[in-house]
Amino acid sequence: MSVLAPERTPVLEERSAEPAVRTRRKDFAGLVLAIPFLVLLVGTVLVPVLYALYLSLFTERLSGLGFSGPEHVFVWLGNYVSVVADKAFHAGLGNVALFALVHIPSMLIGALVLALLLDSAVVRLRRMWSLAVFVPYAVPVVIGGLIWAYLYSPTIGPIKNLLGIDPLSDTAVLPSIANIATWQWVGYNMIIFYTALQAVPKEIVEAARADGAGGLRTAWSIKIPVIRPTIFVAVVFTVIGSLQLFTEPMVLRGFTGTVTSTWTPSMYVYEAAFVAGDNGRAAAASVLLAVICAVLSAVVMRFSTRRSSR
Amino acid sequence: MSVVDSKSRWVSVPAVHVILVVAALYSLLPLVWLVTSSTKSLGDFSTTGAFEFGDWNLWANVKALFAQENGIFWQWLLNSVLYAGGGAVLGALICAACGYAIAKTSFPGRKLLFALTLTGVLVPTTVLALPMYLLASELRVVDTFWAVFIPLLTNPFGVYLARVYADASVPDEVLEAARVDGAGQLRTFFTVALPMMRPGVVTVLLFQFIGIWNNFFLPLVLLTDPKLFPVSLGLFQWSTRQNQFPQYTPLVITGSLLAVLPLVVAFLVLNRQWRKGLAAGSVK
Repeated sequence: MSVLAPERTPVLEERSAEPAVRTRRKDFAGLVLAIPFLVLLVGTVLVPVLYALYLSLFTERLSGLGFSGPEHVFVWLGNYVSVVADKAFHAGLGNVALFALVHIPSMLIGALVLALLLDSAVVRLRRMWSLAVFVPYAVPVVIGGLIWAYLYSPTIGPIKNLLGIDPLSDTAVLPSIANIATWQWVGYNMIIFYTALQAVPKEIVEAARADGAGGLRTAWSIKIPVIRPTIFVAVVFTVIGSLQLFTEPMVLRGFTGTVTSTWTPSMYVYEAAFVAGDNGRAAAASVLLAVICAVLSAVVMRFSTRRSSR
Repeated sequence: MSVVDSKSRWVSVPAVHVILVVAALYSLLPLVWLVTSSTKSLGDFSTTGAFEFGDWNLWANVKALFAQENGIFWQWLLNSVLYAGGGAVLGALICAACGYAIAKTSFPGRKLLFALTLTGVLVPTTVLALPMYLLASELRVVDTFWAVFIPLLTNPFGVYLARVYADASVPDEVLEAARVDGAGQLRTFFTVALPMMRPGVVTVLLFQFIGIWNNFFLPLVLLTDPKLFPVSLGLFQWSTRQNQFPQYTPLVITGSLLAVLPLVVAFLVLNRQWRKGLAAGSVK
């Protein structure tokens, strides 16, 4: 989402500070405009997050002979300990890590290459190509998953015969899931990168050309470095999305037994909460997942600022 | 440009176009498959090629689809339109108001609100689903329209975008002029700023529409009554039965086609709007 344009933000900050002085008397009108979102943010994000933290510290236990119903017991970090020690949770993390390893490079490099090709002057019918690749983004994830699930299915789809391997087998199911996500997102990221490339100053590109740099060289040493902030933001969003992988494997579960009910951490949370009814463990797992997301995005952003300030 | 480029073509023109053709086929063939498959009866799947048309059972499939469970598919389509359409319009307006307020007014706590908003972008849905479900049960709104509709209105990224658009497209001089003319802040927002932010707000609206139409986790968790399902949850539920009951296969496939078609058409029609909005946020 290239809309993050970090280099301009300071300018905007200065500008928006100006009307602050002039309109100070009417401060509260701004608050009125902000209130609907503020209420939503508190009610549907802040309170649930705090509630999840609270839930993660308790467990339900049957007391005595179990006649009096379950009891709400404070267990400190007990739920976290049991999640961290749970092999199923490890397996889920391993799956999303592998998924990310396959999906992120193939999707983002694909999107970047396509964007650079569209940006090069040799391409005809630019709009047609970009639209064609962008269309899968308009397909709801569940339906994209269903389409591919049928394409993978050995009785209905052609892929098993084409490739000679069963895309839903134990070893192939992970790349098959990564392929669904790549299909869905490559066009979106291509558009994001292409839009960012439009902002690369033409003078720099032409100067490089005049100095004898070929198109490949210009792309590598001029265009990619200029849009690097956009690329890093795309990496962060894709990392977070990969960790939360849920819909595609859930859909494939109806087609193959190789996807277990705790195949990803998000599925683990769903299973713990809504199948096993263990709210404490589900909440702890979801908080852990959020922490991992936050740490990873911080690491990527850190890496990005270090690289660009070099 | 083209004069310079024709001298320094870095990849041959045919090679570039081969890559683009492959990418386009990869993106479009699954949708072509969806179209051809929705013309097939269950038996045709084993007798015809994947990208061949069947014996033209499309109308029979559509009829069966709308007859299934007393025509619940209509209800699902209608629900999706209500969740995504209503949610996107209302949500985009809420985002625009808040983004504008953060960018152009100076109410107390606005920096804190913006920081919270940015944090909100990063909170995974997985974390919210269980507490949301428990809170909804406390409030006795599980299995209601509002239990799904209200949480999906919250769009922190939309607020971030709206702030960028407000900064970029609403000049302070115009607001100052409106103030001098005696317009209050609220009126200024609705009559002056909102029209100026329109391309950006429409982009937020489209993003949110797609986001809600795509959301699966929340409806899955918060709804058990099929009458309230959005179309993707309904099709998902049918698809979980196709292993035991193969007759669901043509229903799921035809249903998927009908659910995707309006989106793809809307997408192609609004294509220019998409680009303009994305460009307004990132380039100008």
